[in-house]
Amino acid sequence: MIPVLSGHLPALQVVIPLICAPVCVILRPGRAAQAVAALGALACLAVAALLLLETSMRGAQSYALGGWAAPWGIEYRVDLLSAFVLVIVTVVAAVVFPLTRSSVEREVGAERRHLFYALLMLCLAGMTGIAITGDLFNLFVFLEIASLSSYVLVAFGAEAKAKLAALRYLVAGTVGATFVLIGIGLLYATTGTLNMADIAGRLPEVGERAAVKSAFAFLVIGLAIKMALFPLHAWLPGAYACAPSVVGAFLAGSSTKVAVYALVRVVFGVFGADYAFARLSVDWVLLPCAALGVIVGGIAALYQNDVRRMFAWSSVAQVAYMALGAALASAAGLSAALVHMMNHALMKSAIFLALGGIVLRTGALSVGSLAGIGRRMPFTLAALLVACLGLVGIPGSAGFISKWYLLRAALERDAWILVVVIVAGSLLTVLYAGRIVEAAWLRKPSPGALPARRIEAPAGVLAALWLLAGASLWLGIDTSLSVGVAERAALELLEVSAARWR
Amino acid sequence: MSAVPAIAAGVPLVGAFAIALAGRRPNLREGATFATGAALLAATASMWPAVAAGERPRFVAFEVSRVLRIAFEVEPLGLLFATVASVLWLATSLFSVGYMRGLAEHSQTRFYACFAVSLAASVGVAFAENLFTLFACYEILTLATWPLVTHHEDDKARRGGRVYALLLLGPSIAFLLPAIVWTHSIAGTLAFEPGGVLSGSISPGAAGLLLALYVFGIAKAAIMPLHRWLPAAMVAPTPVSALLHAVAVVKAGVFSIAKVAIYIFGPDLLGETSATRWLMYLAALGIVIAAIVAGRQDNLKARLAWSTVSQLSYVTLGALMANAPATLGAGVHIVMHAGAKITLFFCAGAILVASGKTRVSELDGIGRRMPITMGAFTVASLGVVGLPPAGGMWSKWQLALGTLEAGEGVLLAALLLGSLLSFSYLAPICVNAFYRTPASPSDRAIREAPWPCTAAIAVCALLVLWLFTAPDLLYRLLEPLTGGVGAGALPGTSS
Repeated sequence: MIPVLSGHLPALQVVIPLICAPVCVILRPGRAAQAVAALGALACLAVAALLLLETSMRGAQSYALGGWAAPWGIEYRVDLLSAFVLVIVTVVAAVVFPLTRSSVEREVGAERRHLFYALLMLCLAGMTGIAITGDLFNLFVFLEIASLSSYVLVAFGAEAKAKLAALRYLVAGTVGATFVLIGIGLLYATTGTLNMADIAGRLPEVGERAAVKSAFAFLVIGLAIKMALFPLHAWLPGAYACAPSVVGAFLAGSSTKVAVYALVRVVFGVFGADYAFARLSVDWVLLPCAALGVIVGGIAALYQNDVRRMFAWSSVAQVAYMALGAALASAAGLSAALVHMMNHALMKSAIFLALGGIVLRTGALSVGSLAGIGRRMPFTLAALLVACLGLVGIPGSAGFISKWYLLRAALERDAWILVVVIVAGSLLTVLYAGRIVEAAWLRKPSPGALPARRIEAPAGVLAALWLLAGASLWLGIDTSLSVGVAERAALELLEVSAARWR
Repeated sequence: MSAVPAIAAGVPLVGAFAIALAGRRPNLREGATFATGAALLAATASMWPAVAAGERPRFVAFEVSRVLRIAFEVEPLGLLFATVASVLWLATSLFSVGYMRGLAEHSQTRFYACFAVSLAASVGVAFAENLFTLFACYEILTLATWPLVTHHEDDKARRGGRVYALLLLGPSIAFLLPAIVWTHSIAGTLAFEPGGVLSGSISPGAAGLLLALYVFGIAKAAIMPLHRWLPAAMVAPTPVSALLHAVAVVKAGVFSIAKVAIYIFGPDLLGETSATRWLMYLAALGIVIAAIVAGRQDNLKARLAWSTVSQLSYVTLGALMANAPATLGAGVHIVMHAGAKITLFFCAGAILVASGKTRVSELDGIGRRMPITMGAFTVASLGVVGLPPAGGMWSKWQLALGTLEAGEGVLLAALLLGSLLSFSYLAPICVNAFYRTPASPSDRAIREAPWPCTAAIAVCALLVLWLFTAPDLLYRLLEPLTGGVGAGALPGTSS
């Protein structure tokens, strides 16, 4: 059975979570649904790991869905870049889904749990689909599967604000999706195909037409909304801050990353670096947006009183780092963006899990309410500290690796302003992470705010938290998985995109 | 490959675990500290013969990526710094036992464990083979000392800790990290190499900017105007101020600057860069201003901290001057100032334990109640000023020779003025302690601090005196840094 299935790994990557979703609904008692989701996520991780292994050894794999060959049928195409993103998404899912049962039980409630897990699996299916498909329209479909399920997942949040945040997310996301769809439609009208490789092959003939240029603009803006690139980021802080903590942790680690992937894929893989940067100078739009995003996100995070909102704003800044790397349009910049994608996924998921654990135990999450919590929840807070140090970019953490390669890419272009921006972003991180550290360890809890005994996040959450934080430390010491793969993936993408326009 | 450097850096880390495990049994815990200190000292001392003979024990721990690796290589300056840190750690541990128990401090296990981690990071800085290793250990040193600075966990500690973290982490991220990445993009390597790695591939203007990034990025060297963290760090318990903020942390700063000057820029490039001169003048300005400010402090620890700011710039200045006597003077001053300043801090701590006094103005007549402490204070004061019979004389001597060789009369004047000012803010304390009568009669009940404190003070003061007789030992070790001129041929050696 294994050899038969191994040929169908690309399909399995999407099909497993897609099947798990309705199974979760059918298995009404929440506990069984949770088990299915957990197993599904782990299976997805296994498939992604195998795909990464295969592509790194044998190069890109093409898979004709349903046996229909490429231009007519939908092609699933796994190259190093896809496999890299698949691993990021499935790692986060495989750590978060199985280990957070107690957290979901409290926040979602027993009677809706099966629906919750079904939506999580749908979301996972959408994200893996985006990363794996070689068909532009199919990418849109998966983007919508992932987005629609996330809107609902955010609305599961306990507070009334969650509904409003979900609505804002829905409006912004739908606008983005519409832009993407218009872009795809224009490309289809001019090239007559939806397969990405095919479109890329035909673009040199029609590249000068206004329709193609507008398609490019629509796609870039649409995806920039989905990835919350400044100034199209307004939906993100509310959505991450109000969602149930499991959703926050999962989305923070995956959704923006996948959108960044889609942007990179469209810009470099479909249009090509030469077209996007040399002819249309998209870097003149993306770089300032990214630079402002780093600064504005950091400053806004500094002034938040709700800790989840603080780290949601931090996500705006971190996504901007990724956009900045990609918009440098060099091998160094692109690989820096990819490395940061992986590192940030681990760190930010860990942070949101920790925050979820704290909310669960203390019921509050303002900076003031964290006073003295370092002594009550030492292990939870230690993991939070590790992840925060990573965000700052202390050497020995994964975040340092990201900053190193970003700085190197900026220096390679003699872009001193960007060097200043990257560094300033880190300094802002020191400031807002410092607020948390100070509150947690150096302030006395207000009387009655915290129980006198030691409380920790639930064991499962704690385990997930430390798995992610530990992984982020590991990627600061051994970068063969992050930098090693990212550099190859970036080179592969740039070579393919350069070859087309020769 | 020789594992000794890595073992030296690793021993205190293991020690920190042992300390944490033995937390409930104070005697066992302090035993672990002493055992770790002894092991660290043995490891560093064991490398002296080899390094003096020209060997460079080297150990590559692991490669983070193609560019970044954690690796250690022991060269003379680093060995000197590590030896100073490990000798004085033992003395400090002895002192800490008396101090922390005398004041019944809380969270002592955390205190000793963080101390050990800080030492590991310092030794890592000392033995770093490349800029990445140095930077990593440098940042870990900042983080590991933060819980020590904020030990008291009150409002003052919080404010001090905030300044400390921001003014050390901030410049290191804002200036030092970009400088390191830039160095890599120019030189293609991060390794320290004799003669420097940059010369020939960088324009003078860019070299000046890069040097400024390094000097301001390494805020642990406390060059003005990046010195504010050091007085802020004085909220820490006195052993922390003594070992970390007179020896390990600040010396890691000036050592890093010296290392960058010698092994990244190299004397030739430094000489060609006009910015070097401006930075030297800035350091000289810092020497004088900090010394003046020190004289205006009534809090004894604050006065000592400002004095450290002033004295650190001597090392920075010497390292940037980059001629043979100045380099030698910078290296030797790391040792001389460490010995003298740690003694002064111990005395300040002993006075606090014995009498609860923290102000200079309260110390009249205390010398008669605490003769050992104040005697040591006097000896160490001579060491800081640079007068015989204390070791501090030799470093100032070499630095002065260096300014003469470079023809920098203004800098010479600044060095001498700094010493004169240090005399003016230290000597009155000693004189008043012995010759004035105590203000309140209750002072008659004051006795010497618990014996571990007094013993540590006596040992350190004797060390200061011994260093006066043994500069040759240091000169010979540091000889390769000065371009291989024989120690006997150096002016001012006592042989």
